[in-house]
Amino acid sequence: MSAIATPPLAGKRILVAKPGLDGHDAGAKVIALALRDAGAEVIYTGLRKSPEFIVRVALDEDVAAVGLSILSGSHQELAREVLDGLRAAGAADIPVFVGGTIPPKDRDALLESGVKGVFTNDTPLAQMIEELARALA
Amino acid sequence: MSAQPKPEAAAARVATPSGIEVPVVATRDMAREPDPGLPGVYPFTRGIFADGYRGRPWTLRQYSGFGSAEESNQRYRFLLEQGQTGLSVALDLPTQCGYDPDHPMARPEVGKVGVSLFSLSEMETLFAGIDLGAISTSFTINGTAAIIYAMYLAAADKQGVPRGKLTGTIQNDILKEYVARGTWIFPVRPSMRLIADSILYANEVTPRFNAISIAGAHVRDAGCTAVEEMAYTLANGLAYVDELIRRGGDVAKFARRLSFFFYVHMDLFEEACKFRAGRRLWARLLRERYGVTDEKALHFRFGVVCGGSSLVAAQPYNNIVRVAIENLAAVLGGAQSIFTCAYDEAFQIPTEFSAEIALRTQQIVRHESGVAATVDPLGGSYYVEWLTERMESGMREVMRDIDAYGGVVKAIEDGWLQRRIAVRAKEKKDATDRGERVIVGQNRYRREAQADSYGEVFRLDPGIAARVLEKHAQAKRRRDAPRAAKALDALEAAAATDQENLMPLLVECCHAYATVGEMVERLKHCWGEFQEPVRL
Repeated sequence: MSAIATPPLAGKRILVAKPGLDGHDAGAKVIALALRDAGAEVIYTGLRKSPEFIVRVALDEDVAAVGLSILSGSHQELAREVLDGLRAAGAADIPVFVGGTIPPKDRDALLESGVKGVFTNDTPLAQMIEELARALA
Repeated sequence: MSAQPKPEAAAARVATPSGIEVPVVATRDMAREPDPGLPGVYPFTRGIFADGYRGRPWTLRQYSGFGSAEESNQRYRFLLEQGQTGLSVALDLPTQCGYDPDHPMARPEVGKVGVSLFSLSEMETLFAGIDLGAISTSFTINGTAAIIYAMYLAAADKQGVPRGKLTGTIQNDILKEYVARGTWIFPVRPSMRLIADSILYANEVTPRFNAISIAGAHVRDAGCTAVEEMAYTLANGLAYVDELIRRGGDVAKFARRLSFFFYVHMDLFEEACKFRAGRRLWARLLRERYGVTDEKALHFRFGVVCGGSSLVAAQPYNNIVRVAIENLAAVLGGAQSIFTCAYDEAFQIPTEFSAEIALRTQQIVRHESGVAATVDPLGGSYYVEWLTERMESGMREVMRDIDAYGGVVKAIEDGWLQRRIAVRAKEKKDATDRGERVIVGQNRYRREAQADSYGEVFRLDPGIAARVLEKHAQAKRRRDAPRAAKALDALEAAAATDQENLMPLLVECCHAYATVGEMVERLKHCWGEFQEPVRL
């Protein structure tokens, strides 16, 4: 990657959201900083947002993707509610990614439910950016 | 893409994770104070007690709790039968954030990361068959700490245990919640009032109970270094001391009941020296700033967690080794209570199998390793005394930065501290991705596709939320409704003015089976909610 190349996520507006009551936001902030370094315009919701709120912000801000950060074990329910909300609003085309403490057994279930990608804390940031850039190309 | 640097790159690593450059060999002339003196003597570099663990072994305190009170009660009885000596209660997020289980924000989280304790009825079940006068109980609770403490007093009243006999700890450290852990509810200043209320009340009513455990663990897990972990925690500690003095507390008295809580990560010497340096620095700060001379008030007592974000999901059995090393560091640092994480906590709530190994790890360190036989066996080592000094001066430097910004409360309200930690977390992640920070099995010696290596899977009963909701409705139906309403009205009236300690009113609310959500609603009505600064 040369220094003068266009950043991989240039011009993309991405929502990083913390649904539910989980207060661990180190991961969400690291992702937000990495997305920004990759050229994206990042909107970070802060803690404790309802799925309805996240869907509304995604629509109002016309984002290219939504990233949900969940470390409380409630990823199935919360991701489903956000996906359903987007679908109901006719915005099923906005891809949703999930990051956090996701047990290996839950990964496939999330992908089957319509989540576009799942990242855990051992995913290198460069790989996450690459996958995102590919999905949003 | 996994980073695989050449082996010689690792040999070039000459700094601790806090960035302190490590000498090839340490020598006598490197430390300014090469003789650390004796344990039990100011400034307590070698420990707060002259006889170390011989007189007072550390408490084996496994953090545990999930689902409903019935399930957790069973797990506690199991752990006590296995030789655990203290309980550590994990609460679910609705209880921690002040929502009843029927609140829309609560539903997906009921019983997930801890037990649901929406009212006294649940706490009675949680401790059924466990004598509260004979056990010490620690609650990881912050935003609703005063309420849970009040509930514990009410539960003891119901068991007929005199309050003065109660021992244990509530975390009750709201400042670090704004910075890292996120279970804040109210704005900073009324939260500080509630904390002062609970500490001052506890000093009188439950003199053997720690009404606060000032915690560095969570900022550490959020990404900051060992030096910063200790520095931020001591800065928060001083903010509480200032608030308690403002409220008329006597520092020589309340400082005896302040306790601390940290993570231990993998660098054995840096971690052991972190505790030696922090213990000494706290004693010095109390003496320098407030003129405290009472020995007991200068004692820096702390609990630790081994594991957390240093645990790795890849090849999880390796975590047993990591936790054992961290356990050693905690003992060499002189911890008063220790919790060892289970190897599978990197990705799930521990199973009974993994929880038992975690407990056995501590028992092996205690009974087989010999490290606890003499006090501070590292004392006088050229390297250890030098590193302890370097860490202490690093901590003072970080604390000066905070003071220069305008103090910790302002740094938190503005989001300044939060941003510093986020940037650190990003640096740490980048160093890991580059392979500079080696994590065996993850970014070094990684084996792909070890699909069957995760061991037993913990399964939370999916019917728990429904059962908790049913019990919640039932508890509200069965209670003396006028008594609950009256207690809540009195609480709200007292919260609206700054005249009265709220603790007796909260205890009465608990006795009346008012719920956590109801009490928090009333307080929010008076105080509002914290507005999180989200600028990155």
